[in-house]
Amino acid sequence: MTLTRGLRALGRPVLASLAAIGRVTLFATLIIGHILRPPFYAREFGVQLLHIGWFSLPVVGLTALFTGGALALQIYSGGARFNAEAVVPSIVAIGMVRELGPVLGGLMVAARVASSIAAELGTMKVTEQIDALTTLSTNPIKYLAVPRVLAATLAVPVLVGVGDAIGIMGGWLVGITRLDFNSATYLKNTIDFLEGWDVGSGLVKGAAFGFIVALMGCYHGMTSGRGAQGVGKATKSAVVAASVLILASNYILTEVFFTS
Amino acid sequence: MIELSGVTKAFGPKKVLAGVDLTIPSGKSMVIIGGSGTGKSVLLKCILGLIVHDAGFITLDGQDVRRAERDAFLARFGMLFQGGALFDSLRVWENVAFRLMRGASRHPKAQAREMAIEKLRRVGLTPDVADLYPAELSGGMQKRVGLARAIAAEPEIIFFDEPTTGLDPIMAGVINDLIREIVVEMGATAMTITHDMSSVRAIADRVAMLHDGRIQWTGPIEELDTCSDPYVQQFIHGRAHGPISAIR
Repeated sequence: MTLTRGLRALGRPVLASLAAIGRVTLFATLIIGHILRPPFYAREFGVQLLHIGWFSLPVVGLTALFTGGALALQIYSGGARFNAEAVVPSIVAIGMVRELGPVLGGLMVAARVASSIAAELGTMKVTEQIDALTTLSTNPIKYLAVPRVLAATLAVPVLVGVGDAIGIMGGWLVGITRLDFNSATYLKNTIDFLEGWDVGSGLVKGAAFGFIVALMGCYHGMTSGRGAQGVGKATKSAVVAASVLILASNYILTEVFFTS
Repeated sequence: MIELSGVTKAFGPKKVLAGVDLTIPSGKSMVIIGGSGTGKSVLLKCILGLIVHDAGFITLDGQDVRRAERDAFLARFGMLFQGGALFDSLRVWENVAFRLMRGASRHPKAQAREMAIEKLRRVGLTPDVADLYPAELSGGMQKRVGLARAIAAEPEIIFFDEPTTGLDPIMAGVINDLIREIVVEMGATAMTITHDMSSVRAIADRVAMLHDGRIQWTGPIEELDTCSDPYVQQFIHGRAHGPISAIR
């Protein structure tokens, strides 16, 4: 009896989680299918590119700048234990472009963009704007979700690339002002030790994280519950789901890219 | 002609529509009355396919709406939503011209704008409203813009969901008159759901009362006051006591 109850208690959330994964997968499949089929809403795509890409630049840039600086200090102080202070430029560069640039950039975009998309689409749902779109012969997924997902998938890698450069600059700035590195040597070490795939893998991660962020924002927004509470819950769920999925997929991608 | 036969819809254990049978003749204005939460909006959304009904048939000119080609089917409809449902991110004229600028019969932007301004004029709004955003308008103006959007593509069938809710009596009267004029002028089939009796009297050719998920009574507007149905009488006179329970 107790065993049955225990299994039931365990089974219910497992089944609910599997159903949720199924719904999100179907939603993602629908979006991908619509990306390839006309009509294409170029204006909406442009607007989203601006909102998701351009307007996220300050927050991603500042995050990268301070992270690069802090990373330089940490590596210097840690490296001093092994007389390895000279590795600061290369480790900062590799750390930024492979991990911290994409992950922190992705998380900052998740906080800023997933919440905004979920709140906007959730409000559209509760005020019947999504129903209105349907009655005006416009597919809401195609008109609302596709431009956002496509824009985020293309914009986040660019943001990550810019963030990588700013993060390395943050490390360089701290290196030459606080850690007595020679500017030219610092930059030379950075360039010499950095490989193309270090940067490329980070950009691929950025594209995956951008897709996840917009997908979670659109899914939770378009399935939002009623009223202010429903929209609030959708917004929170979008940010939490996007953040967790970014961290989980980062681990999986790192396994795929750097272990064989 | 829209025909509903044995239409049911439940949300979990709550049965909202329990077998609705109703005919809406072409070119007539049908008003559905009924208390709050009796499933009027659900019924309307089932016809449009925004909500999928569980059982029964809904046909438009003899064709099952679930088998109809979606774009062609929806192109025949216009709808005024309860809260207007205007797109916040678009200007007023872009809202009105939304359908005109998309789809097979797409118009050039300048022409669509002209047509939108003409429709705004038709609902009593001046052209200077065209470049405002919906949030800059009063509730009554938003309803008018919603009405202009509903009629912009000159649909054959127009649905009005609580068209006067939240408006003062004068503005409600203006909207009712506009709806009546437009429906007569366009020769459209109209279906309005409301619990505002002044709207019913201004808009309806025929009235149907929805209660407990079924059509309790239906007949021409002229027979509404004289019909013997106790549910209808309680509803139209707003009595607290009668067969309809006040606590639902």
